[in-house]
Amino acid sequence: MSASNEVGDFKTAQTLETFGFLPKMTQEEIHEQIAYIIANNWTPAIEHEHPSRATDNYWTMWKLPFFGERDLGSVVAELDACHRAYPDHHIRLIGYDNYTQTQGSAFVVIEGRA
Amino acid sequence: MSTKSYQAGVKEYREKYWTPDYVPLDTDLLACFKVTGQSGVPREEVAAAVAAESSTGTWSTVWSELLTDLEYYKGRAYRIEDVPGDSESFYAFVAYPIDLFEEGSIVNVLTSLVGNVFGFKALKHLRLEDIRFPIAYIKTCGGPPAGIQVERDRLNKYGRPMLGATIKPKLGLSAKNYGRAVYECLRGGLDLTKDDENVNSQPFMRWRDRFEFVAEAIRKAEAETGERKGHYLNVTAATPEDMYERAEFAKELGMPIIMHDFLTGGFTANTGLANWCRKNSMLLHIHRAMHAVIDRHPKHGIHFRVLAKCLRLSGGDHLHTGTVVGKLEGDRASTLGFVDQLRESFVPEDRSRGVFFDQDWGSLPGVFAVASGGIHVWHMPALVTIFGDDSVLQFGGGTQGHPWGNAAGAAANRVALEACVKARNQGRELERESRDILTEAARTSPELAMAMETWKEIKFEFETVDKLDVG
Repeated sequence: MSASNEVGDFKTAQTLETFGFLPKMTQEEIHEQIAYIIANNWTPAIEHEHPSRATDNYWTMWKLPFFGERDLGSVVAELDACHRAYPDHHIRLIGYDNYTQTQGSAFVVIEGRA
Repeated sequence: MSTKSYQAGVKEYREKYWTPDYVPLDTDLLACFKVTGQSGVPREEVAAAVAAESSTGTWSTVWSELLTDLEYYKGRAYRIEDVPGDSESFYAFVAYPIDLFEEGSIVNVLTSLVGNVFGFKALKHLRLEDIRFPIAYIKTCGGPPAGIQVERDRLNKYGRPMLGATIKPKLGLSAKNYGRAVYECLRGGLDLTKDDENVNSQPFMRWRDRFEFVAEAIRKAEAETGERKGHYLNVTAATPEDMYERAEFAKELGMPIIMHDFLTGGFTANTGLANWCRKNSMLLHIHRAMHAVIDRHPKHGIHFRVLAKCLRLSGGDHLHTGTVVGKLEGDRASTLGFVDQLRESFVPEDRSRGVFFDQDWGSLPGVFAVASGGIHVWHMPALVTIFGDDSVLQFGGGTQGHPWGNAAGAAANRVALEACVKARNQGRELERESRDILTEAARTSPELAMAMETWKEIKFEFETVDKLDVG
């Protein structure tokens, strides 16, 4: 038996950090992650950037972080609005944790076109 | 005006050092020892001897004692407690005035507390179980060079544990082949790889060659994946001068993180290196070779929670804590007890986790807990549950032992990790639903499916030697 028939080849992929190795999330799965941010009392925020600048520390903020937002629907609406305004851009959802002063959650919800 | 006169001779320790009415000060350094005395010696006398021998006392009265105020400087045994389920030993609580210790010197604290006293003949065994460092002392220590929050920002890793691997075989690879193993792991989806602790600068691979090839591996993996990567370049060396030379070269290559072995290297080297890292924006990974020599015996030595606290003060951004589930010793409650000491700003007394004192860490940055040793994809749900996001999960054999190689092994672990984080955020119970969660994730990842098949039978189920004391 030849090993070459058995061993898979792993192709390097461009990925976007957290959840970059999972299949694209369904709408419902995205909603569940937004609900997790809200349940932790983190502040939801949206950033977007052209894929050519994806490795920058700073992406462009979409408006301000949504301080005090408890409504999942409004966050979803903002994601949609950001995507309409910047259809080519990556769009990242963040949950700011002001206690640890870091991001409790951050992942790319919509991948832009390079 | 002196009120005492000098009387030569030997006094019982308890006359001076057993003070059951003493109320410890907020500035006192407190210690809890598990004491096993020689038979026939009363507990109070043994506890007082421990307090004396670890602070100002010596076996005989000396005239020069009267030139100072020993009432101010002495350590005091102030409480004795039974050890649950053990009639032979007892806990002795000792308070030390803060002025007994040089500011910012873990070396000085340990030289006092675990110095000569551990060889004292009146003791059969002695174990330092916990230290309460006063916040006033903590403020004199540098602590982690970066801390959890800064490291996340530098490496751009949020909302999940980081994923690593120690490069195997641990000894014997040439620098170029070693860099190949690093590159494969990183392109496959790991965030970090690691030199094994005993990789220093041996004839088969000198440090400078390793650093150069690893740097290329990191740069290439970053360019191809678009993610930030790192490798803990071990700068542990025979002398501080060699150590700093290696650290400087890592910096010159633009590397984000180096590593040190804090027990074999020693606290002087570690604290110095942590200060260098803080000045040079370098992260510091800490390995703990030799710890089991010191901490594994339940009645003698130093509990790892003390070594972990000392490391947070001396400085390090990552510390190995064991895995609970893998091949190395580690009780779950006890591990969670010292993981808290690494990461939290306040840890309350909790005997069910072996925490003997409230510990206020003030603003000292946190340290990532590193779980490494004999773990594989099937452990992922338990590891994410036990260690949470502020951890580095390191799969050495569990990455590089994949039948398709390092990159596929890395991808398998990354998929498993992200599937677990996603499921946790959805409110699922990871440990109970582990099989379902991994099986679902494997449907879109042949690498994960293969990893699950490879390691499905491997378990490490042995009794813990060092258990928490319970009745």
